Amino acid sequence: MIFDAEVFQITLLSLQISALATGLSLLIGLPFGTLLALGKFPGRSFLLSMVNTGMGLPPVVVGLFVAMMLWRSGPLGDLKLIYTPTAIIIAQVVISFPVVTGLTAAALQALDPRLRLQLYGLGASLTQMVWMLWREARLPLLAALMAGFGSVISEVGASMMVGGNIRYQTRVLTTAIVLETGKGHFDIAIALGVLLLAITFLVNWALTWIQQRGARR
Amino acid sequence: MKYARFTFLLVTVFALLLAACAPAAPEPAPAPANPALILATTTSTQDSGLLDVLVPLFEGQTGYVVQTVAVGTGAALKMGEEGNADVLLVHAPAAEKALMEAGFGKDRFLVMHNDFVIVGPASDPAGIKGAGTSVEALQKIADAGANFITRGDDSGTHKMELSLWGKTAADPNGQAWYVDSGQGMGATLTIASEKQGYTLTDRATYLANKENLELEILVEGDAALLNVYHVITVNPDKWPKSNYEGALAFANFVTGAEAQELIGEFGVDQFGQSLFFPDADKTDADLGLE
Repeated sequence: MIFDAEVFQITLLSLQISALATGLSLLIGLPFGTLLALGKFPGRSFLLSMVNTGMGLPPVVVGLFVAMMLWRSGPLGDLKLIYTPTAIIIAQVVISFPVVTGLTAAALQALDPRLRLQLYGLGASLTQMVWMLWREARLPLLAALMAGFGSVISEVGASMMVGGNIRYQTRVLTTAIVLETGKGHFDIAIALGVLLLAITFLVNWALTWIQQRGARR
Repeated sequence: MKYARFTFLLVTVFALLLAACAPAAPEPAPAPANPALILATTTSTQDSGLLDVLVPLFEGQTGYVVQTVAVGTGAALKMGEEGNADVLLVHAPAAEKALMEAGFGKDRFLVMHNDFVIVGPASDPAGIKGAGTSVEALQKIADAGANFITRGDDSGTHKMELSLWGKTAADPNGQAWYVDSGQGMGATLTIASEKQGYTLTDRATYLANKENLELEILVEGDAALLNVYHVITVNPDKWPKSNYEGALAFANFVTGAEAQELIGEFGVDQFGQSLFFPDADKTDADLGLE
């Protein structure tokens, strides 16, 4: 099955799922990370510790938790989401959103605090200030995005558990590698592994290119 | 204050190290020269819990330390072929024979059998309950276009299922109702339960998972559904690094009187019926194999 229509379909599905999951994580993680970095409220450092712990969440644990929610016997069973790409996206957002949040907070906290004072002094509104800080921290923020994408495109435990590795429906590159290894087709498994690495490289190359172009400016 | 923080870090690291070292394994009595033994077996023996009974007993009696790798039969056979395992406990007679003929296996003994059943939702949308044979049941499922979950992983169960489909007039490949899970038996049963579809399973794994499943046995007792396990030692002439002595010791153990008795009793107290039937005193011909 090397490089035929099915491999193309699996690859495309992997990319779609992980890109969507990363995008959603960014949507949640960027504001939340900013709040954690700049905000002053009780429980902030506790939340930050939670997020930092979440950066190392084992995908299988996330998979188990999300699966228990989505199984027909679970509280969200009526949504009939188990063994669908949506289920994988949900699990992957849970995995990558702490990564994006934690690295966003770290990136913003690494900025010189006097920059904020200066922006305030120049009369910037809150939105303007956050926007300027994001611009200033764009290099580590893009790194956060890359780390978030990397954590989901490479994850297998959650995809296997909530997706079910169902052919033509929820089989992604990592679960296909597990399957082919299980069959003893090590050659195909390695080929898929190389494909996965190549894709991850291409995506990161594109993001790094944007990042470094930003660095020169 | 600076040191307090450092001390705290140091203590944490030590605590973690201690935790990692804590569970020291009890040392068995007389250790053989090469105690590490890799057993490649199918998910069905592992998932049913049979190995949890047999392996510790073997380890205690002989001093070998068994590393059990539970994979599909396809991968288990491949591990034997590539010298990555010392002994195999598998159930795909045709593929096993090919392995023996190619010279990768040295000894092959009959160990036991269990049987396959076709399970599905109680509502039985394809009406297979009471079908005379498994082939007839599959034909009905195909005709009704009811969900059927296949392992699709080249395992012994998958191979058995394909050979049954081969005897029907239907071609399930590419059909929307033919769901390819590409996973082990336990996960495939869960998917079948969630999708309210049919699947072919070994009785042991089904019974072990029964309470979490909304599935019932709909077809059983067909002679075509016998699942026969052999133990195979990897040929040391092909792979000198393999632990042949240990492999032979394990093969003799599982076909020995004590293990055979345990196999026959396994599961009776929990499920009220035997999951496996000991066969060491029988021949392949007794079980309808060539």
